[in-house]
Amino acid sequence: MSNLPRPDDLAKRVHYEPPSKDWMDLPTDIKPGRYCYASNPASVEYVGLPNARPWNPLEEDWKLPENWQEIILNGMRERLDKYRTFKVFMDICVRCGACADKCHYFIGSGDPRNMPVLRAELLRSVYRGEFTKAGKILGRFAGARKLTLDVLKEWWYYFFQCSECRRCSVFCPYGIDTAEITILGRELLNLVGLNIDWIATPVANCYRTGNHLGIQPHAFKDMLEFFCDDIEEITGIRPEPSFNKKGVDILFVTPSGDVFADPGTYTCMGYLMLFEYLKREYGLEVTWSTYASEGGNFGFFTSHETMKRLNSKMYMEAERLGAKWILGGECGHMWRVINQYMDTLNGPDFQKGHMITPYNPITGTTFHNAASTKMVHIAEFTADLIKHGKLNLDKSRNSNICLTWHDSCNPARGMGLLEEPRYVARAVVDKFYDMPENTIREQTFCCGGGAGLNAGENDELRMMGGLPRANAVRYVHEKHGVNMLGCVCAIDRAVFPPLMEYWCPEVQVCGLHELVANALVFPGESERETDLRGEPLPGKEDE
Amino acid sequence: MKALYSLFLVFALVLIALLGAGAAGWQYAFGVVIPYVAAVVFVVGFCLRVVKWARSPVPFRIPTTCGQQKSLPWIPQAKIENPSSTGGVIVRMLLEILFFRSLFRNTKVEMYDGPKVRYTSSKWLWLGGLAFHYAFLVVFLRHMRLFTEPIPWPIGMLETLDTILQIGAPTLYMSDLVLVAAASYLFLRRVVVPQIRFISQAADYFPLFLILAIALSGISMRYFTKVSIIDVKVLTMGLVTFHPVIPDGIGPIFFVHLFLVSVLLVYFPLSKLMHMGGVFMSPTRNLANTNRAVRHVNPWKFENVHYHTYDEYEDEFREKMIEADLPVDKEGPESAEEGASNV
Repeated sequence: MSNLPRPDDLAKRVHYEPPSKDWMDLPTDIKPGRYCYASNPASVEYVGLPNARPWNPLEEDWKLPENWQEIILNGMRERLDKYRTFKVFMDICVRCGACADKCHYFIGSGDPRNMPVLRAELLRSVYRGEFTKAGKILGRFAGARKLTLDVLKEWWYYFFQCSECRRCSVFCPYGIDTAEITILGRELLNLVGLNIDWIATPVANCYRTGNHLGIQPHAFKDMLEFFCDDIEEITGIRPEPSFNKKGVDILFVTPSGDVFADPGTYTCMGYLMLFEYLKREYGLEVTWSTYASEGGNFGFFTSHETMKRLNSKMYMEAERLGAKWILGGECGHMWRVINQYMDTLNGPDFQKGHMITPYNPITGTTFHNAASTKMVHIAEFTADLIKHGKLNLDKSRNSNICLTWHDSCNPARGMGLLEEPRYVARAVVDKFYDMPENTIREQTFCCGGGAGLNAGENDELRMMGGLPRANAVRYVHEKHGVNMLGCVCAIDRAVFPPLMEYWCPEVQVCGLHELVANALVFPGESERETDLRGEPLPGKEDE
Repeated sequence: MKALYSLFLVFALVLIALLGAGAAGWQYAFGVVIPYVAAVVFVVGFCLRVVKWARSPVPFRIPTTCGQQKSLPWIPQAKIENPSSTGGVIVRMLLEILFFRSLFRNTKVEMYDGPKVRYTSSKWLWLGGLAFHYAFLVVFLRHMRLFTEPIPWPIGMLETLDTILQIGAPTLYMSDLVLVAAASYLFLRRVVVPQIRFISQAADYFPLFLILAIALSGISMRYFTKVSIIDVKVLTMGLVTFHPVIPDGIGPIFFVHLFLVSVLLVYFPLSKLMHMGGVFMSPTRNLANTNRAVRHVNPWKFENVHYHTYDEYEDEFREKMIEADLPVDKEGPESAEEGASNV
């Protein structure tokens, strides 16, 4: 956080009154702190995306292919034919403005081009100017413009200031989904090689090694065993996770963020402990895969095609190992992809038929809602275990925690996973307070770093985008003494700690299964002195 | 500026009708030819537009879920906001189309005390929009008495209800009042609220002015300038029975009204007014969230793309995997291809 202004100063810059000039006449000023670095050519090349070369957004020349206009316009034409959403959303917006103040980036920055309607209008104006008769004839009077280099740069700047959280869509009378528009916009930008590195390199890494940091299989295993050491030290119980093991009924896939960075690592320890408990108590085994070691799908921020290529690994691996179904960890975009795209993208090609509708032999529950994808969210899984009394839980170990719940955008708005995590959280924590209703459930706010925007260089954008979420957290912090923000998304767990540090420093961040693991009582475990973070448990502080 | 352009455009249209049907006396053109052409353009244009949308597939199922999913049997599902059945989708769509459900949720954001943000309920747009559309619908249906003989009883009923306050003579239609008030509100909002002014285009002002002008010309005929309603009915019945006649003595204001309506009909399929058809087509609202339970098939195929298979992965990392005691499919000495790529 180099040049980041102090919170009060940042907030003072926010004005919701737009300039009096017409937006088409406002130049696009690419500001450091609000954009991410350009993609590394090696990464772009590795996954075979077009126009790999070094380039810098601050320089005049973006080193585009000579016929870039033709490429983009052909790309638009093709996508208008392939996606009804694209066509309908280009045509029917009435600019009623209901979405205008719903975007967290607008609320936190006041930049008028962050109003979802206008962000979409950046693309719509070109659609009108290049694809509709009225726009071609009437030009600007019909809100149309031609695709110029300045327009392209404006697209790049603002489509990578949308975290595709879909909050605006909830309020739109026609359900126009700006995420869908920026997804397609980013696809178009990718056709001429305009990606950002915080997306392109994780994509290449996920493709090659299975996870976004490019950690190779042996190191991945080491990381998890390192967590097992910690768990043994804290609980006296040593988990023995299995890797790439054939013949195990359940394959577990989680975002690799949980394996590499605090506080996601504590959530990861939570998974390990839960699985160990189920193995010891009920003989249920779960295997991890080093090949499909990433749930979070960075391809989703690039193109539908890249999303498909990364996602294919989950089914391919389940097929190879002979797993009956897949259990998915706590992740945002991963679940958007699983719920809305996975079965359509890769079900027919890679799900060959040996998998069954997910069934938990411990509780006797069949997950009919996952009959086709064969994939269950771990919050559903754990909620079911708790409901059937299959876990021995000691809530008092979490009694120094006063929790509020962040509905991670994608599971909330793309899936409707709202009650399961709350049920689990309430079973393991006594003090639970929801944030104000305009800021939770389907109206939840993004962490500010979703859709591949959690880079270091765009910290100003992230702090602005995270302001609405942080503001609601601070409200419950001041009112109820909330000191922990729980979530089911690995990006959240990466983005929130610096965000809270900036706007609301007394609140820490955790995943759901960290809380579960803290409360989980193993038969024969040694008396715990600390929680998974190594901090003293309530009542143990003085010893 | 955009508002002014649009206003002038509507004035120009009024002038064209006044000069054409009044001064030049081209009543047949303005009373018969143009309305017929407009009706054909509207119907054909509307259908073509919807067909054009419908020809693009919906490859992925992307409903916006505004409530609890259907999952475990003991967790109550939000059956309407997050539907998993066709019935739920229909109710969701009805709430959206009849009551503007999503707009009802609308909030307004305010910043106070430096970095604090507050959201307050804001239902004015919902109310204004709802009033505008329902008043428009009532006015449209009321006009059916000009195109039918005998007049069906629901139209008569509607008219009775619309005049139930019995104010003035001829009795005041409440729908007229509501339509003008709501359209004015929608216009004022665009001019007064800075954010809305910023996003507004000529294409947003023009239809509002056009509809206001249609309403005002209609009101003027009924309450002030007066036209012979019998003659108007002769003309309209002639149009619908395809035996068009132009009775003498219909004032030019009627032709202004009719011309503006014709312009609206032609403009409709070319413009954002197509949200009337599009609202039914939006995949975020009209699909059930059964995404994991039922396979939803993409009608087109992705081009041939390369998938990074497990075999390729193991070939690259085999030695390291063996060393780390990770199971491999192919044991043996064949060495991993070092440095196949370094990203």
